[in-house]
Amino acid sequence: MNDATLLAVDDLSVRFHTRHGVVEAVRGVSFALGRERLGIVGESGSGKSVTGRAILRLVPPPGEVRAKRIAFDGTDLMQCDEVAMRDIRGRRIAMVMQDPKFSLNPVMTVGRQIAEAYRAHGQGSVAAGRDRALDMLAAVRIRDPARVYDLYPHEVSGGMGQRIMIAMMLAPDPDLLIADEPTSALDVTVQMQVLAILDDLVRQRGMGLIFISHDLNLVASFCDRVLIMYAGRVVETCRAAELAAARHPYTQGLLQSLPRVDVPRAELPTLMRDPAWRDGKLP
Amino acid sequence: MIEVENLSVVFGHGAKTVHAVRGITFHVAAGEVFGLVGESGSGKSTVLRALCGLAPASAGRIAIAGEMQGKRRDRAFYKRVQMVFQDPYASLHPRHTVDRILSEPIAIHGLGDADARIDSALADVGLGPTFRFRYPHQLSGGQRQRVAIARALILEPKILLLDEPTSSLDVSVQAEILNLLTRLKREHGLTYVLVSHNLAVIAHMCARLVVMNAGRIVEEMTVDQLRAGAPREAYTRQLLRASIGYDRAAAAEMVTFD
Repeated sequence: MNDATLLAVDDLSVRFHTRHGVVEAVRGVSFALGRERLGIVGESGSGKSVTGRAILRLVPPPGEVRAKRIAFDGTDLMQCDEVAMRDIRGRRIAMVMQDPKFSLNPVMTVGRQIAEAYRAHGQGSVAAGRDRALDMLAAVRIRDPARVYDLYPHEVSGGMGQRIMIAMMLAPDPDLLIADEPTSALDVTVQMQVLAILDDLVRQRGMGLIFISHDLNLVASFCDRVLIMYAGRVVETCRAAELAAARHPYTQGLLQSLPRVDVPRAELPTLMRDPAWRDGKLP
Repeated sequence: MIEVENLSVVFGHGAKTVHAVRGITFHVAAGEVFGLVGESGSGKSTVLRALCGLAPASAGRIAIAGEMQGKRRDRAFYKRVQMVFQDPYASLHPRHTVDRILSEPIAIHGLGDADARIDSALADVGLGPTFRFRYPHQLSGGQRQRVAIARALILEPKILLLDEPTSSLDVSVQAEILNLLTRLKREHGLTYVLVSHNLAVIAHMCARLVVMNAGRIVEEMTVDQLRAGAPREAYTRQLLRASIGYDRAAAAEMVTFD
């Protein structure tokens, strides 16, 4: 882990105005990321995905994003105009979305989409784009890259679609990757292999990684540091290896409610939520 | 209670033939919780669908409570065997209220007393009577899965087929649903066949399980053998290793089994 800060988020809030009133999806989140693997865990509706999108300014109006600062490599993303953001998105900061079905272009072969992602930010020729796409497909453990290159998104399985998304996001060689549940559609063994690819990129190239997941065991074993989110707030930050010793009752409750292979239990403890957690108070 | 002998399921024909299940055999005793675990494409869900007649068995035989089952199942069969699907967002009719969803099986089977049955089914799954006239979109994921379980239980079946019943739910909600299934089994004397890709869920719920890969049973074992961490087959060991958590060294050794 490198100590240099790649991304610093200061007091991020996201609100949505709906028919039923204002929904505060993210409420004052601050964190700093070095060249490391940072996990964000929480249940659905905890604001972890919206946090990832807000960093890339991908929350469209009428969604309201406020932050004192989102500093990425010396620039404040909150002050950037759309032209500047376009240079950053994909090239400097890439994001792997949760569902490949909705993120891939249905009328373009997956190989061309990966090549396009590469060439959109570089000077590469068409042939270089194709080579890069084939390399990336091989890197995410797709067995026959040349065949898969010419497939359309509807012809690939969910797991393969997810790997194609990862290949596409990694093709321009980003400094920071925001991965929103990148492996939840994958089988456990494939998941391990894909995580190994991300792991190597962080270690060898010094890429920063924000890994958004609901899987506590996975985050504890894969990441360096973990933020635990509840109701739009970071309730606890700890080293991933020390997650089991987490102090917040919400984190403990989540850990307790997981069924385990090694420990038989007649009944799983269920989580009792305390309204005070919403305001960030420790009971 | 359930006897499956040499079951095969084939989809398509000619060059596009897919052998989803290739000759598998297992028995489930009454009152048992039996687990089918495997990765996607292993055929575990197809086995479940073949059991309840949703997928065609191309070879082999299925007997439930001693009765041989053919292609078509009669009404009495569905009174005895019910299924809970993976995704409660897809398995409940979006324009039917909970009341209508639950009254349909009662009407089909000509059982009287719908009102009392619906109330008791809702109470059984931990939903109050206030949920009765809501639409699925007004419910959370966990509440929807409770409605799906209530729908399966309303005919008072003996066998419940559970296809990944908690994989689309948050872990805290998963714990609630698994506890609910444990309680219902005890109170109603049910037999479960549980399909999951999650070894921890299978280990928590089942006494005995089979591991499937590429349409075949790789290994049959008791949950104690699984806990002892000593599966016989390399495939099962790899699955067990991968489900514990990330490990760079272990990831490098992962191989594909066919």
